[in-house]
Amino acid sequence: MTRYNLPALARSGVSRRGVLQGAAAVGAAGLILPGTMSRARAQTRGGTFRIGLGHGSTGDSYDPGLWDNLYAQTFAAARHNQLIEVGADGNLVPEVAESWDSDDGITWVFRIREGLTFHSGRDVTVEDVIASINHHRGDDSTSAVKTLLEPITDVTADGQNVVVTLNAANADLPYLMTDYHIAIMPAVDGRIDPNSTDGLGGYIVESYEPGVQATLTRNPDYWKEDRAWFDRIEILSILDPAARLNALITGEVHLIDQVDPATIGMLEGRGVARILSIPGNAHYVFPMDSRAAPFDDNNVRLALKYALDREAMVDVILGGHGAVSNDNPIGPANRFFHAEMEAKTYDPDRARYYLQQAGLESLDVTLAAADAAFSGAVDAASMFSENARAAGINITVDRVPNDGYWDNVWMKVPFCASYWGGRAVEDHMFTTGYASGSAWNDSFWENERFNELLVAARSEIDEDLRREMYYEMQEIVSFEGSVIIPMNNNYVMAVANEVATPERISANWNLDGFRCVERWWMA
Amino acid sequence: MSTVIRMIVTRIALGVGLLFIVSLVIFWATELLPGDLATQLLGQAATPETVAALRAQLGLNDPAPVRYWAWLTGALTGDFGVSLANNRPIAELIGARLGNTVFLALYAAAMSVPIALTLGILSALWRNSPFDRVANAGALSAISFPEFFVAYILVLWLAQTGIFPSMVRITPSTDFGDRVYMTFLPALTLTLVVTAHMMRMTRAAIINLMASPYIEMARLKGLSPLRIVLRHALPNALAPIINVIALNLAYLITGVVVVEVVFVYPGLGQLMVDAVSNRDIAVVQAVALIFAAAYVGLNLIADVLSTITNPRLMHRR
Amino acid sequence: MGVAITVILGLAGLFAIAAAGRFAARSTLRGAARRAVNDMPLTAAFGILVIVIYAVVALTAPVLAPFPEREIVGTQFEAWGAEHWLGTDRIGRDMLSRLIYGARNTVGIAFATTALAFVVGSILGIWAALTGGWLDQILSRFVDALMAIPALIFSLLLLTIFGTSVLSLILVIAAVDATRVFRLARAVAQGIVVMDYIEAAKLRGERSWFLIRREILPNAVAPLVAEFGLRFCFVFLAISSLSFLGLGIKPPTADWGSMVRENATLITFGDVTPLLPAGCIALLTVAVNFVVDWQLYRASGLKE
Repeated sequence: MTRYNLPALARSGVSRRGVLQGAAAVGAAGLILPGTMSRARAQTRGGTFRIGLGHGSTGDSYDPGLWDNLYAQTFAAARHNQLIEVGADGNLVPEVAESWDSDDGITWVFRIREGLTFHSGRDVTVEDVIASINHHRGDDSTSAVKTLLEPITDVTADGQNVVVTLNAANADLPYLMTDYHIAIMPAVDGRIDPNSTDGLGGYIVESYEPGVQATLTRNPDYWKEDRAWFDRIEILSILDPAARLNALITGEVHLIDQVDPATIGMLEGRGVARILSIPGNAHYVFPMDSRAAPFDDNNVRLALKYALDREAMVDVILGGHGAVSNDNPIGPANRFFHAEMEAKTYDPDRARYYLQQAGLESLDVTLAAADAAFSGAVDAASMFSENARAAGINITVDRVPNDGYWDNVWMKVPFCASYWGGRAVEDHMFTTGYASGSAWNDSFWENERFNELLVAARSEIDEDLRREMYYEMQEIVSFEGSVIIPMNNNYVMAVANEVATPERISANWNLDGFRCVERWWMA
Repeated sequence: MSTVIRMIVTRIALGVGLLFIVSLVIFWATELLPGDLATQLLGQAATPETVAALRAQLGLNDPAPVRYWAWLTGALTGDFGVSLANNRPIAELIGARLGNTVFLALYAAAMSVPIALTLGILSALWRNSPFDRVANAGALSAISFPEFFVAYILVLWLAQTGIFPSMVRITPSTDFGDRVYMTFLPALTLTLVVTAHMMRMTRAAIINLMASPYIEMARLKGLSPLRIVLRHALPNALAPIINVIALNLAYLITGVVVVEVVFVYPGLGQLMVDAVSNRDIAVVQAVALIFAAAYVGLNLIADVLSTITNPRLMHRR
Repeated sequence: MGVAITVILGLAGLFAIAAAGRFAARSTLRGAARRAVNDMPLTAAFGILVIVIYAVVALTAPVLAPFPEREIVGTQFEAWGAEHWLGTDRIGRDMLSRLIYGARNTVGIAFATTALAFVVGSILGIWAALTGGWLDQILSRFVDALMAIPALIFSLLLLTIFGTSVLSLILVIAAVDATRVFRLARAVAQGIVVMDYIEAAKLRGERSWFLIRREILPNAVAPLVAEFGLRFCFVFLAISSLSFLGLGIKPPTADWGSMVRENATLITFGDVTPLLPAGCIALLTVAVNFVVDWQLYRASGLKE
């Protein structure tokens, strides 16, 4: 039903100029819908688009630094713009920044578009942009992307330009600026008001009740001509999967996320909605604490990696809406994805062999899991446990409460379930999750060669050399790393027939990169 | 009557003390939970620096007794503070939701209490008849399904066919008629859930008295069975029945989070669960106190009514 | 439709066996047992039969179940067929085997929990009613404070703090249930302690424990038994609701409450899979309460 469309650029190499200047391609695999399902017709204005999401809580914060779920992200995408947008095919698309450039990868110049206004009527200035970036920097910042922006040493104004200075060359800075947290908001005295909903996006907030619903109306002065087709947007928080399905079936909403894989076939049979299944970089993980016995022995880690049936997990946990991963945090949507690595299959004999290499006859470990880690985590852990028994590995599944999972279990117990949303660029993924000493290196893994390559690749200019480096790093993580990555999950959503979608849907994040609100329209 | 008034006064004083204990228990339990507001808000994205910065910003670094004292002094002056998670005043957060919760509870009670009493009395009257058996088996089957499951089945039958909406979308401006219509399915779910309990208690309490000498006497006088049940047995069976009704009413106000989730009904239960998982203590405390006050109030009413209906308790030696 | 007919035929069959069993018992038993069986209604016979079947299934689960409890023996959601009579669950375990093991786990846990809650709750409740005064006030207010916190949220708090082992699950649900039992027992006992025969026993100088055991409990047993029947089934529901919030019994242990939750979304499409564990709970609930009704009726001393 779905197929990859790898842009030619991704394989043929991009010139340095190309990378540094705006519209470069990330090798992101967008989804091309088969012609019969949804042809891009002339977009039409009007209608109320209602979205039911399995996220959102009464405690959701207004602060952009604390946006952490799909509800907050989609709501933000409806009312805010960013410096740069990631297009449906993975290209960088100028948004508030009209263009950007750098000569050395250290000093970056973003030219701010003129004539933009906030919903409150104020013009968007360079100062607003600087304050919006600075909200995520500095000692007293509480932002989730504080670490990501740590390499930035200074942000200054230069006429209509914003100049960002880094502590070392980084060819990927424009990608970092696409992060959803960095919304452009109005500044007062050099600081943004984190509780304001004022933005310059396609929709103006009419009412918002955290954890219940947000209502937005179209911004009549929106600067983009060919976006924001709906008159109204309603975003509802529907946490229960069955309630979400029912809301879609009974026509209460037009779009839902997190469709239970077990029910996809039956939903399609109803004929009221279609399933969009977008392969992306998101992946499910079982990190092992590489400092703790028995996981400090790579043979034990390899034994576990050969002791699970990845194919079966993709079928059962994802309902086929995903792909087997070879313990590789870099996904098929990434530019430098290494597809030719030796694949690991379910091989109990081989797992046994590695156990013997580790000097063990059998192995007893406890795997902590909760569905907070990813939907189906407890089932996946149970399957892993059953698979591994054939190899003499006894995995006890410890189902822990969803409540407090990230705080209490993740990175606290030696073996647990976890989830990564994936990253558009390799460096971002590796630096965040695998560099030694990184706050989110959840396997506490350290590899000298890997760390050297990581720094070298970040500022490498030659595309082929860079690819070689990233390939080697992926092999190191896959065969020496301390995480088991059984699968890449697709973004699965169900869309009512009344709503039309563009031919290509972004693989960068869920819901068309959160931009369904401004890219989709009523059929 | 003075017994009753003295009792009410004492119980209200005790109730205030009780609320104080509840606030302590809740604060202590929330403190025992792993993590705090800062780590919960940041979730997977928490790093030591950001957590420290957020803690400082939210004032979470003070020792627990200091924070409790700050909350208590605020609450005593009627200031419940703001939700630490998103800075919204708690009064504003709770206002509409409290109304929704009470509306749903009363709606469900208005359906379930009359049904339960009628069925209970009739079952006791026609005990062991086919009517009794069927009413019993039906009520028992209804409560042996988990609430969310009852809700799903009702949605399958009554919402997917387009008769009632599958989810409740009410705003403060929704008028009463629409409210009644849209909230029908959640109210029906709750009715099915609580009716059996009240009905069976009514039946059991009445049957329990049927062998008493005074009932025997009434029977020998030749009174009709209905009259015996209504005039002689029921008044003496009222205490346990009133207690069970009070328990179920309290449940309808405090315990319906699952139904709220399934029907996306913005009530207090969901707010409390969210606040607990965010460790947003100010909100947890405020909602817990509302629940506790509702519970205390209903029980007080139940006890007063039990006492009034039992002269022996009125004139206790 | 076929399912409905199967269910009706199955229930009719059970009733028929129950009737035959009652007839056999009437013709073989002697003495007191004979008298008990004589006035036993058909519903009670049905209830006893179901309980016996459940007990046998629970005890002999490993022998009866065609497949192990936790092993993946097929693909996801296989249809009902010759090999897997009731199909397979979402990760390919045999549904029938899990239902059979579920009987053992679920009924065992529910019984232990309810029994514990009743022993603690009713003794304390009657004691409070009998003694009155400050003891009554302290116990009642303490119970009020606990009950004032919604059960589900209180369980959630406690289980998050103490972990979700089976033992802590039993203790937490029993603790929450005991408060409800306490309240009922106290209310019932309050009506009894003002009776003349209690006054008389007090004047005889009997101690509290004797009063509770010999004078009050026998007279309070009827409403308590009625409550027991319901509380017993509420335990299944509590476990089910807890698994709705992500707690409950840990995998790979099969229990009906969690099984309903796991498969619940299927009912949205009219698929009957989640009805199986829910039906198991419902059948047992009805059966237990039929027997309870019969005992209640006998205890009331009505002879009509």
